[in-house]
Amino acid sequence: MTTSSEDVLLQMGEVRYKKGDGTLYVMNERLAWMAEHRDTVTVSHRYADIKTQKISPEGKPKVQLQVVLHDGNTSTFHFVNRQGQPAMLADRDKVKELLQQLLPNFKRKVDKDLEDKNRILVENPNLLQMYKDLVITKVLTSDEFWATHAKHHAMKKMGKTQEIGVSGAFLADIKPQTDGCNGLKYNLTSDVIHCIFKTYPAVKRKHSENVPSKMPESEFWTKFFQSHYFHRDRLTAGTKDIFTECGKIDDQALKAAVQQGAGDPLLDLKKFEDVPLEEGFGSVSGDRNVVNSGNIVHQNMIKRFNQHSIMVLKTCANVNTGPSAMTNGTNNANGPVSQSAYTNGVNGKASASASTSNSSLDQADKDEPQIKKQRLIEKIHYEDLGDPVTELGENGKPLDNNAKSKQFELSKVERYLNGPVQNSIYDPLYESESLEEVQYKLVRNSESWLNRSVQRSVICSKAAVNALGELSPGGSMMRGFQEQSAGQLVPNDFQRELRHLYLSLSELLKHFWSCFPPTSDELEAKLQRMHETLHRFKQAKLVPFENRAMHELSPLRSSLTQHMNQLLRTANSKFITWKERKLRNNR
Amino acid sequence: MKLSVDGLLVYFPYEYIYPEQYAYMLELKRSLDAKGHCLLEMPSGTGKTATLLSLIVAYMVEYPETVRKLIYCSRTVPEIEKVIAELQNLMAYYERNCPNPPPFTGLVLSSRKNMCIHPEVSKEREGKAVDGKCYGLTASYIRDRHEMDSETPICQYYEGFTLEGKESTLPVGVYSIDDLKEYGRSRNWCPYFLARYAIAHAHIVVYSYHYLLDPKIAQVVSKEMTRESCVVFDEAHNIDNVCIDSMSVKINRRTVERSTNALNQLTKLVQDIREEDTNRLNEEYQRMVQGLKDASVQRETDMILANPVLPNDVLTEVVPGNIRNADHFLSFLRRFIEYIKTRLRVHHVVQESPAGFLKDISSKICIERKPLRFCAERLSSLLRTLEISDMTEYGALTLITHFATLVSTYTKGFTIIIDLDDKTPTVSNPILHFSCLDSSIAMAPVFSRFQTVVITSGTLSPMDMYPKILDFDPVVMSSFTMTLARPCLLPMIVSKGNDQVTISSKFETREDTAVIRNYGQLLVEVAKTVPDGIVCFFTSYLYLESVVASWYDQGIVDTLLRYKLLFIETQDNAETSYALMNYVKACDCGRGAVLLAVARGKVSEGVDFDHHYGRAVLMFGIPYVYTQSRILKARLDYLRDQFQIRENDFLTFDAMRHAAQCVGRALRGKTDYGIMIFADKRFSRQDKRSRLPKWIQEHLVDSFCNLSTEEAVQLARRWLRRMAQPFTREDQLGISLLTLSQLENMEQEKLERQAQGKQGVGGEVQEL
Repeated sequence: MTTSSEDVLLQMGEVRYKKGDGTLYVMNERLAWMAEHRDTVTVSHRYADIKTQKISPEGKPKVQLQVVLHDGNTSTFHFVNRQGQPAMLADRDKVKELLQQLLPNFKRKVDKDLEDKNRILVENPNLLQMYKDLVITKVLTSDEFWATHAKHHAMKKMGKTQEIGVSGAFLADIKPQTDGCNGLKYNLTSDVIHCIFKTYPAVKRKHSENVPSKMPESEFWTKFFQSHYFHRDRLTAGTKDIFTECGKIDDQALKAAVQQGAGDPLLDLKKFEDVPLEEGFGSVSGDRNVVNSGNIVHQNMIKRFNQHSIMVLKTCANVNTGPSAMTNGTNNANGPVSQSAYTNGVNGKASASASTSNSSLDQADKDEPQIKKQRLIEKIHYEDLGDPVTELGENGKPLDNNAKSKQFELSKVERYLNGPVQNSIYDPLYESESLEEVQYKLVRNSESWLNRSVQRSVICSKAAVNALGELSPGGSMMRGFQEQSAGQLVPNDFQRELRHLYLSLSELLKHFWSCFPPTSDELEAKLQRMHETLHRFKQAKLVPFENRAMHELSPLRSSLTQHMNQLLRTANSKFITWKERKLRNNR
Repeated sequence: MKLSVDGLLVYFPYEYIYPEQYAYMLELKRSLDAKGHCLLEMPSGTGKTATLLSLIVAYMVEYPETVRKLIYCSRTVPEIEKVIAELQNLMAYYERNCPNPPPFTGLVLSSRKNMCIHPEVSKEREGKAVDGKCYGLTASYIRDRHEMDSETPICQYYEGFTLEGKESTLPVGVYSIDDLKEYGRSRNWCPYFLARYAIAHAHIVVYSYHYLLDPKIAQVVSKEMTRESCVVFDEAHNIDNVCIDSMSVKINRRTVERSTNALNQLTKLVQDIREEDTNRLNEEYQRMVQGLKDASVQRETDMILANPVLPNDVLTEVVPGNIRNADHFLSFLRRFIEYIKTRLRVHHVVQESPAGFLKDISSKICIERKPLRFCAERLSSLLRTLEISDMTEYGALTLITHFATLVSTYTKGFTIIIDLDDKTPTVSNPILHFSCLDSSIAMAPVFSRFQTVVITSGTLSPMDMYPKILDFDPVVMSSFTMTLARPCLLPMIVSKGNDQVTISSKFETREDTAVIRNYGQLLVEVAKTVPDGIVCFFTSYLYLESVVASWYDQGIVDTLLRYKLLFIETQDNAETSYALMNYVKACDCGRGAVLLAVARGKVSEGVDFDHHYGRAVLMFGIPYVYTQSRILKARLDYLRDQFQIRENDFLTFDAMRHAAQCVGRALRGKTDYGIMIFADKRFSRQDKRSRLPKWIQEHLVDSFCNLSTEEAVQLARRWLRRMAQPFTREDQLGISLLTLSQLENMEQEKLERQAQGKQGVGGEVQEL
């Protein structure tokens, strides 16, 4: 265990380990400790093995640093600088900070990867089986397996990571700290940046416009912190501020949304007053609220708070359409959220018929009274008083309760249940035509029915009995059923194995066939590789299975693997033709 | 269920009934029997509307001669629509269960803005613009012109209505605004005028307060209502302010300038017409001479300007000679405006009575009282003669003439204050307030005209105030509590912060940082503890602004944002609506939100925060009205002199009804639950506490009256845990919910006692 090949990043003397004095070395890939006056390293931990480091709390007489390894072992280093406590602390902190920088690099690389793969395999039993079948039997190498066959899963895993919501106080979390002199220090993490971008798309746009072409990242954020965005009590700070424009964009967006109105009639304050007092009428009672404080800073700030909350809310509305779609029954037509199919269903009609956004807007107009009514009924409904009358009135006039059942109205139920069906079936022209035809045929047929006399038998009784016999179980016509049930003869473990084989094979074949037509060198190489893999698969998996089946299930023999062999043969012949053609071309 | 209320068969469209609903019906029936007025308080969320409707409809079925018509007035459009929905429920129930359902027609009347179906006119958002455009298409002279020249645009729906609609009657049924529009579209009739016609014959009319209280509208719309009507004012806790607002006028310099411009315009028009067609002016003059001023009033579309005085005060005399001639009238107006201009040129506040004003005006510019009274009438006649369809320019001038008519009609109960604008001390911008001090003036004709007037709301305490300020004699005055199977409201008075500093919004301490911080900490703590929506009310918008600013500086806003999103009411209605919508969305998606609003604001008056939209309401401070206002002072003086109401009593009454209104927003039913926090030391005083509605008072035990933030949050936590348990109908049955058989078994008196709580009837006034 020599350390000569590695750079020593930090050498720290006067460090005690297990009551022995020595020196601590922080190196490129490991942490090492050497006792005094010796030249062998007593302690050496690879960073990859280290899980965490711990330090003794402030104010303790002993200044220590502990590293915890993945296997649970720990090593504790005691800093004993002769110059006293502050020096010890300084020493310790140096080591700590360096480790802090170094450790993450190693950790992520090794552990995360394995852990992820492990998790993916655990979560997907099929994949695990495939891994067992293909990798462990050396049909494929592990890397190959992950790169090609499990790529989809790995990707999905990545994409599936839960979207992190935006905290309302993310701007507050960037606590400014005074750095002693006249400056302020802001803590900006990637999470916060993510939040800012998500909440303020305008800032994101600015960022992509300016960084790094016009200014470095840090300058951008400095400007951001100086802008009115961050300081909500500040009015737009001059024209130089690149965020002035963002503010304007946001304001415009808000204004447009405000103009669009609240959608919910019970919340739209503008429409509350039925007969507003004429201008000039009115007295003191209302006056006081109209009094304008004239404090634009405060008003602006309040506006910004509202804006901030609305925008934060928008970010989460975009993610979880689920609950918001539910509420959208009440406030439709308010922007990006209301487009899910479910919402349409709640709103009224035509969820299944492909509605363009245009038609859905019209729909919204038409549905407005419906929705309003629905809302009103919800409001006046006392759940404990019991349901009010829940049927139609006698004259068929739709009463309010009818609206309740309207909640989920589908124009085409079968489409909702079965998914889209080809439309031509419903072609009215075609239908009417065929209807006529059928009718005609029926008429013709029925004419012949009359001709048939009771005495004239259609078939002689003997033949009929025979036919019946044939069609009964055990008869010659019923063989097919027996054959099918032969599946039951195969023991369970064989079935399972067969399924696994199919899974693996089809996965391999998928990749094999996806190489056609092999237009590039890469694809050709892959094709070659896949062919070899298929071959290996046959040797390693299929043949042993066949042998076993031969042995144990003699009546079925090769019929079990017949299809698989056929698949392999087809692939093989395809490959050979391609190879031949290629050779010919090359020649 | 079908139940018998004191011998009256009532169809109630639900399976179950609350005890207080039954008690309410009893009281209501008593006052209908007595043909007198009544004042009833029942908590919000106990099905007041359904109760009212089912009893009165049953009464109308049983005694068609005694009560012919129900006029249901509510405040906001959503409220009105809710009433109609309830009525539809009820009538559907009748149809299904009654052997011969009553052939009642019920409908809603709303402004043109809400009812217009004309493709262009209805696009307008402002109510005034819709009215103007409608007038421009339907006025009689426009239609005459159309006969001559078919190019002149008219409204097809109105034409359709005048052709066939006036003779036919609306089929039996209950019509909401949308139903009327639908019906209008199918028939090609104008729904607005259809409704205007139909309310005369309909059995049940639902509309806004203003149609009955505002003389400008009432005279036009509600003229032909029969005496045998039962009038219901729902949500009536603010009714006095509606009365006052509709009769008070403000005039500032801009009004004067605009009216001068309008006057110049008119003069020019009159001159033009004189040159072309003197006939028209002469005709008008002749009409005036003969006292036929009503000749054209019959055409309802022309009534865009009505008289601001109450029907029984309108003169039936002939227009006096000196303003009959158009030119004379205009110069008369010019003099009057000049006079107002000089009056506005003051540097100190002036207050005088209408009588003093009239005396001054006659001594200075020799204008007598009588012609002034005809001003409004005369102007509308002139505008009609000149065939002016765009009224927007003449708004200011109309206002001035209304003022002239009002000031010369009412000498009592009004005051004139020429006030200086406080906002801009350097620029003098005086405003002339002609302020109504007596809410009974507008109410009096309603009380005298109709047989039964029901004034009801969730928060009318202290109830003895209303008969005084509205000047009427109720035969029944009752307050009902909420019978509850579990304590679903938790009122608490938080009087100090964790640092023991007293919190209060009183003037001396409201800007104190310690108080503001404590308010903030209270809110943060509540936001931590309470799920979903939280609503806070501030005493005024100014206070809200300054508190939010300090909270931002103190970092409280940031802490708050960690727990919930923050939405704030602004002075812009559209913006507030949008914020509200997002607040609702945040509550729906489980994120939770805090809404900061203002007592007396739009949000506090019209938006319900039921269930998860408001699990806690905080009232920061006592929402006193701005006491330095001279108009308020004048009103207080008047109330003291006329009705022997002490200033403090009235101010506290006013503040407490608004506070109750605010906190009541959170509880909208017995299955709902909500915390009510009164954050002001002064709430714990007896004079404040006792003025809360009884249903809140009952739950406000002494030990909850002097809490610190920490204690309050502790209590809330425990209570919330309890409320989160499942709550079924079975838990309520027999206690706060009754089946028919249970109802019959229970003794009537016992029921009543239960519903009204243990205390006596009516609110009690404690000495200060």
